Order: sequence, then structure tokens, then C-alpha cells
Amino acid sequence: MTRGGEQLTVPPADFASYYGRPVLKPPVWKYDIAGYLFTGGLAAGSALIGAGAQLTGRPGLRTVGRWTALGGVAASTYLLVHDLGRPARFHHMLRVAKVTSPMSVGTWILAAFGPLAGVAAVAELAPLLPQHGVLGLARRIAPPVGNVAGLAAAASAPALATYTGVLLADTAVPSWHDAYPSLPFVFAGSALAAASGVGLIAAPAAETAPLRRLALAAAAIEFGGGHQLERQGLTSEPYRHGRSGRLVKAGRVLLAVGTATALLSRRSRVLAAISGAALVASSVATRFGVFEAGRVSARDPKYTVVPQRGRLDEKRSATQL
Amino acid sequence: MPHTNALYGPLDPAPDAGYENPPPRMGFFTDTSVCIGCKACEVACKEWNGVPESGLDLLGMSYDNTGALTANSWRHVAFVEQPRSAGWATPAFAGDPDGPAISPVTAAAGARTSTDTGTDPGLPTGSPAAAARMSGGPEFLGMPGAQPPGRGSGAEGRTDFRWLMMSDVCKHCTHAACLDVCPTGSLFRTEFGTVVVQEDICNGCGYCISACPYGVIDQRKDDGRAWKCTLCYDRLGAGMTPACAQACPTESIQYGELDELRERAAARVAKLHERGMPEARLYGHDPNDGVGGDGAFFLLLDEPEVYGLPPDPIVTTRDLPAMWKRAGLAAMTMAAATAVAFLGRRQ
Repeated sequence: MTRGGEQLTVPPADFASYYGRPVLKPPVWKYDIAGYLFTGGLAAGSALIGAGAQLTGRPGLRTVGRWTALGGVAASTYLLVHDLGRPARFHHMLRVAKVTSPMSVGTWILAAFGPLAGVAAVAELAPLLPQHGVLGLARRIAPPVGNVAGLAAAASAPALATYTGVLLADTAVPSWHDAYPSLPFVFAGSALAAASGVGLIAAPAAETAPLRRLALAAAAIEFGGGHQLERQGLTSEPYRHGRSGRLVKAGRVLLAVGTATALLSRRSRVLAAISGAALVASSVATRFGVFEAGRVSARDPKYTVVPQRGRLDEKRSATQL
Repeated sequence: MPHTNALYGPLDPAPDAGYENPPPRMGFFTDTSVCIGCKACEVACKEWNGVPESGLDLLGMSYDNTGALTANSWRHVAFVEQPRSAGWATPAFAGDPDGPAISPVTAAAGARTSTDTGTDPGLPTGSPAAAARMSGGPEFLGMPGAQPPGRGSGAEGRTDFRWLMMSDVCKHCTHAACLDVCPTGSLFRTEFGTVVVQEDICNGCGYCISACPYGVIDQRKDDGRAWKCTLCYDRLGAGMTPACAQACPTESIQYGELDELRERAAARVAKLHERGMPEARLYGHDPNDGVGGDGAFFLLLDEPEVYGLPPDPIVTTRDLPAMWKRAGLAAMTMAAATAVAFLGRRQ
């Protein structure tokens, strides 16, 4: 029984479990992974901004976008390797390419994106090189090479920002799995918000007009594509309640405030920086909130047993009719 | 060309994994109706596979001090105490006396007696008042008492009681989410249709742990890698029975060809129903269930969740194509949003 997407039936309060212990093993991922969700999204959004700035002749914004992309992807790599139970074996990820493993897909996306983002960012150093000699040659070659790398990085960036939604959803963790239609949109919006935020803080004021529109688009994607996150029945409870719920809510409020402030900040550098900080903070809160919601849902047998029991009882009554 | 049921539905996993003319799919049928909770399976598994000790702990969960399947416990015997009669049998203890086992006076007198144990202080005399008090019956301390139900509390407080015991293990799913999501290829499908972790490959990413719908696979802390039951892959290759099934004294754990085990299990359920145990049911035997059927399946005497099993697990990768589609849509939206933002006015 649903009305306007709201679940009106109250799930049964009582359910059987084995001494109240969880059915599932809660994710062993540490906060490294929540952090990576943020840094990976930031890198992807920044690479897109860098490419947009490059193509529309905004050199200041381009530099900020490229360096943020490199910083984000470097932090991501560190966090991902650090989270492994055996960090020294991180390269075992490169043994195979598996489309059934979002982590394998993500590894290869990062392997493509990282070096491209690196080349694009380092090319920004060209003006520091001497005019003549071998280094002078490098000075002339670097910008076009950086441009190609920047565009290629931007081409792989949307995949980097959205595959993480599948990474979380392709698990038995109830709140992550059931949210699979929403998560890629939440993460895409969050990535653009974070990257716009950094741009609003760091880029020259004259070049930030697209970032205001992008922040608005980010909010539209996150609210529009992700509004189901809190409305998917019992397993959406952790997105509304408890610490995880407060983080998700904080992310939403900060996104709304940051976007509104960004639109008003056309003439004020200070206001632009404040809006940028709110957008970045929104992305951090959303990522940690979603991460935490999954952990909560795996720890409580309720979120595993009650929906499955309901499904089973429905199936049984259907076969009896 | 992948099988149409590669992600969901009935499938023979070994040929699907690329084995040509593989041996028949092997598995476990664990019949919990004859489990006596001896934990020989837990011990035999640890001994054969060199699984580290899992610590000495008293969990207050009946005689279950293992708690769950973990990286250091590949078999786990669950104990459930229920105030319920088994089947249609007459209520247990119907004709038993319900008065106190001993009168308060006798108990008080007994507490004053002592005996020479040849040691010091030996067996000191007790407190008559406390002894008289305990003659009223045992206090409930959260574990089964030494006296029959209703003794001391009166016949009206007497309940029927049954004890469920079940040796849990990795299910070796037809559609194994752990294997599907493993990014290193450490988890693989054997020629026997089972699922095994290669410990020299695993880098401890932990993805399999979140993917398992049964909460089986787990990370070993000091080692960082994921571990679980191998269905004694090394013994299978030599034509031997897995250690737990070999050690089981009641044939609660039966090992064999999966097709044959399924037939045997169906016959066993029919027999139990006939004998007046309508609650007997199979779990994980159906190739049409959410994981394509388990390589290790069970005969249970109550709902699965009572034993800590998920009632209707579905392999997460069933929805993977839909997930990638949503991600693709989100990625295109993101690219389009960026393009539109940069194509707008300059100020």
C-alpha cells in the first residue's frame, strides 16, 4: 500500500532472530571508504570542470579543476590501498577485469583516470619552465598534451563518480542494495557539488559563473535522482534516523544552503567562499551518511529478516490462492 | 557467450565457470533433526584446515559459545531453546511430579552435614537457610536448569521444551555473490561446483564480506584476508569426505553428489512429516530460489531466521545489470549538466 511513494503499511515490529545477532556481516570497510567516496567524487567533478574551463577559455578555473582532480585521485588511491587488509597486495586488483565486480571496474576506471589527471595537472606547470633548450621544448609541448589528457580524464570522470553507487549497491547490505536506483544519482550530484564548491573557493571570481549553474544542477540531480533514498520502505530507515540519518539530512540542508548562497554570491568573494565550503561539507556529510546507513542496516537483523519474511509470506499466499 | 542464467536462476556452476566435463557437483546436506550438538564438526574442521582458535568465550546463548560463522569458525553449531513440543507428540513430562525435589527441612538438615574428604578445608558445612531456599526449585539463570520443567514451579508453569541444534556452514551458492564481486579473482569456482578463497591472492579488500547474503565469509584480523569453508577442497580432490561430515557421529552432516543429496533430503522430509513432524522443511535445496540453490543445504525444524539464516536471500548480482544502467544514466546526466553549465552566459 503506497501513496505518493510513501510506505503506509507499518512493518511488523516482531521478528525472529538468533539471539538478536545480525544475519549479515557488517562491512569491514573503514571510514577510508567513506572518505574515498568523497575524494573520488571530488576528483571526477573537478576533472569535468577543468575540461569545461579548458574548452571555454577560463585558464584560472582550468588550473584549479586539474589540480583538484589530481589531489582527489591521489587521496583516493591512498585511502583505497590503506583500507585493504593486505595493502602490499593492492596490485592483485590488476590481475583481472570483471564486470560483475564493481570494485574491479572501479580499479580500471581509476587506473585510466589517475594518470590522465596527473598529466593534465602537471602540464599546468609549463609556464614555470625556461623559454629555451630541452625544457623550453617541454614548455611548448606540455599545454597541448595537458589539454588532451584533461579531456580524456573528463571523459572517464562521470564513470568514476557514479560507479561508486554500484560499488555500494552490489552488496547484501540492505540499505545499500535497495537504494541502487538512487545511489548513482546521489553520488553524481554530490561529486558536482563538491567540485563546484572547491572551484568557488579557489578559482578567480571572474571565471566562476558556470560553477553557480553547476551547483544548481548538482542539487537538482541529488534531490531529483536521490529523493527515493529515504522512501524505499523499511531499509530506508537508516537514511532518516540515527547518526546516519542526521548526516544525510545535514548533507541535504548544506546542499540547499550552499546552492542558494552560490547563486547570490555573484558580487561577493566571501559569500562565494562560504557557499563553496557549504557545498564541500554537504558532499562529505552525504558520503559519510550513506556509508554509515549501510553499516547500521547490516548490523540490525531487522533490516535483513523483516523484508525477506514479508517477501516470502507474500509468495506463499500467492501460491495458495 | 554467457549463460542466460549466469547471474540468476537454475544453473550448473562448474560448466558455467568453464570446466569441461567436470565431476558431479558435490555438497552437504545437513539434517538438523538428528544433530546432537556435539560440535565434533567444528573441531574436525579446525584440526584439518588449521583454522586458528576463536577464543574461549561464554556467550549466554545456550551451549553456543562460537556465536556465528567467522573467519576462524567455518562450522558453527547453533543452539536454540524453545518452549514448544516437538511435532504432534503428547506434552513432555505430563505425568512427572511437580513438587519440590526436596523438602526445605531435609535440605536444611543436609546443609549441616559434612564428610571427611581427606583434604583441608575439605567440604565445609553449608548455610541451612540458603539450602532451604534453594529447595523451592532452581532460579532461572539463563541456561537450562538441572531439573525437569515445572519442578518447583508447579504444573501450570510447566512448558514443553525443545532444543534445536544446527551445524551451519558456507552455502557454496550456485550464484555466489562473494565470487562475483571479488576484484582479484581470489575467490574461484572449483570443478566440484564449490567456492574457495585462494589465500595467496586475497588482498583483504572485504568486498565479499558485504556481498554474502548469509553473513558467512569474514576477515581474519591479524591477517587481513577473507576466510571461509573450502568444503575441504584438498580432501575432495583426493576422493575423501570433508572433515566435518567425516567426524559427524549422527550423519547429521551428509556429504555427496548434490543431486543425490537432494533426493535423500526430500525423502527424509516426507518421512518426518509422516512421523508427525509437520514443521520439518528444507532450506537452500531449491535451484529456483534467490541464489540458484545452495551447494550446502539444510533440513530445519523452524523458520530459517530462528537459526540466524536469512529467510529469502537473493544474490545481489541479480540486479547488477539494472544497477549499471542506473549508473550509466547518472553518468550521462552528470556530463550533460556540466556541458550545459559551461555553455551558459559568461557572467
